[in-house]
Amino acid sequence: MDAFYIILTAFFIALSCGTLGTFLILRKMAMVGDAISHSVLPGIVIAFLISGSRNNIPMLIGAAAVGVITTVLIELLHKKARLQEDASIGVTFTWLFAIGVILISAFTGQVDLDQECVLYGEIAYVPLDLIVTDTGTILGPRPLWISGIMALIVLLVTRIGYKGFFITTFNPDYAKALGISTLIWHFVFMSLVSLTTVISFESVGAILVVALLIAPPATAYLLTGRLRRMLLYTAIISLLVSIGGYALASWLNGSIAGAMATVAGILFAGAYAVYKTKANRRTKVSFQKLPS
Amino acid sequence: MEINTPALEVHNLTASYNRKPVLWDIDFQLPQGQLIGIVGPNGSGKTTLLKNIMGLMEPDSGYVNMFGQKLDDVRERVSYVPQRESVDWDFPASVLEVVQMGRYRKNNLFKRLTARDHEIATQSLEKVNMLEYARRQISQLSGGQQQRVFIARSLAQQADLYLMDEPFVGVDAATEESILKLLTEMRQEGKTVIIVHHDLQTAYEYFDWIVLLNTRLVAAGPKDDVFTSNLLQEAYGGRLTVLSRIGDLIAKKDFPLRESDFKEKEGQGDG
Repeated sequence: MDAFYIILTAFFIALSCGTLGTFLILRKMAMVGDAISHSVLPGIVIAFLISGSRNNIPMLIGAAAVGVITTVLIELLHKKARLQEDASIGVTFTWLFAIGVILISAFTGQVDLDQECVLYGEIAYVPLDLIVTDTGTILGPRPLWISGIMALIVLLVTRIGYKGFFITTFNPDYAKALGISTLIWHFVFMSLVSLTTVISFESVGAILVVALLIAPPATAYLLTGRLRRMLLYTAIISLLVSIGGYALASWLNGSIAGAMATVAGILFAGAYAVYKTKANRRTKVSFQKLPS
Repeated sequence: MEINTPALEVHNLTASYNRKPVLWDIDFQLPQGQLIGIVGPNGSGKTTLLKNIMGLMEPDSGYVNMFGQKLDDVRERVSYVPQRESVDWDFPASVLEVVQMGRYRKNNLFKRLTARDHEIATQSLEKVNMLEYARRQISQLSGGQQQRVFIARSLAQQADLYLMDEPFVGVDAATEESILKLLTEMRQEGKTVIIVHHDLQTAYEYFDWIVLLNTRLVAAGPKDDVFTSNLLQEAYGGRLTVLSRIGDLIAKKDFPLRESDFKEKEGQGDG
């Protein structure tokens, strides 16, 4: 049962991260997840200073809020200061992280308070964190419920807003010319990314989240030329990563998160091989077609 | 010059990038039902002008009206074709999916496209001779085909005013001709088509009206009023090679004009 809980939680998180990651890659913002994993530090510290406890809920709210601020700052630097997207990501998250470090050293004293210990969970502990009702019934692991609800929200928003995400990602200027507010769509999307990554950090740890944001959609991108199919393939790859990663971890008796990220990498390499042979075959065929 | 309900009116428009003015006090009106070229040397602000017209950039001062109204009130009647290089053609989308975007509206984003929308998208693809490529992934298209997809998407909007940014760039001669034919048909249906065009050589041949731009407005009017050696020199400055070509152009301009007059007379004779 523990294995089932872990695999299912990983799958739900991979599903939400992969769906959002698909659009992140297409918007050339793949490293935003990585940036958020660092930049949330000041949010955690401020939440701690206000609430006075290391309770989960205020920490999550603080982290998610700073996550959104991160994406706004990145966009602002990119659009207004005309900094390249990757450079503005680099400037934003290091700056916010540094503010967090200063806040810790100046105000929190001896409390152990970096995101490593406050925010980052460990997927192996998922089955231990159970929800127990007042009557004593066990409802299953808390991260499983949270990640399940989150996956549902992400899929629902993507389904309902599909056309909006499609057009504002492919050709924002054209969308604007049609009177569609690219700013609102961007903000909705980025808020969802921020919330999802922060919640996922808490359940399964940062490395796995960053890997799941990028690797499955990047793999799917190699295999298809249609957005809908890319999203479907990402979901299938997410499932393979969850099951395969768990199997690899139990076989090696090693880190589950590490094994899942490894499997994601192997699948990407496999897809790349398929993509290359396909491309080679195509060139050969077109050479044969040339009149001699 | 006052025009009755101009398709486009740009009023005292000034725009800049990082405080460097790119457009300075641009002021002109363009009539409806014409094929109009915006022409000028590289860096003269042609694309910036289009972006300001479409509200993609905030001007420092001035305003733009279309059909005597603000863009937001006439969006349904205005269509924009961005530069082909402005999007990533490796994007996972099919030709038809891109053309269907022309049917997207602010208020139907959360709904499915109707059967009528699908029909219009298909017809638009047919008009640019790209129907057989409908299911093709957009990365597998040539430059000219990509351009035609963008034009089809714009046609699918069924607008009255079309603003196109360099639709002839990276397009082979045959495609250029077929696009031009399509634009001429659109004008016959009473549409107004405004095109940013970099090629002075073909501008006179293609357009009815010309806006000559070089950060400032040099001239805007019927092509014969604008294509004079003085105005062209003013727009293109002292660039020798261009200047010598301008001489050729003006010489050419006189000849085909007479020829076309001649043809028209002949045509009347037949009828």
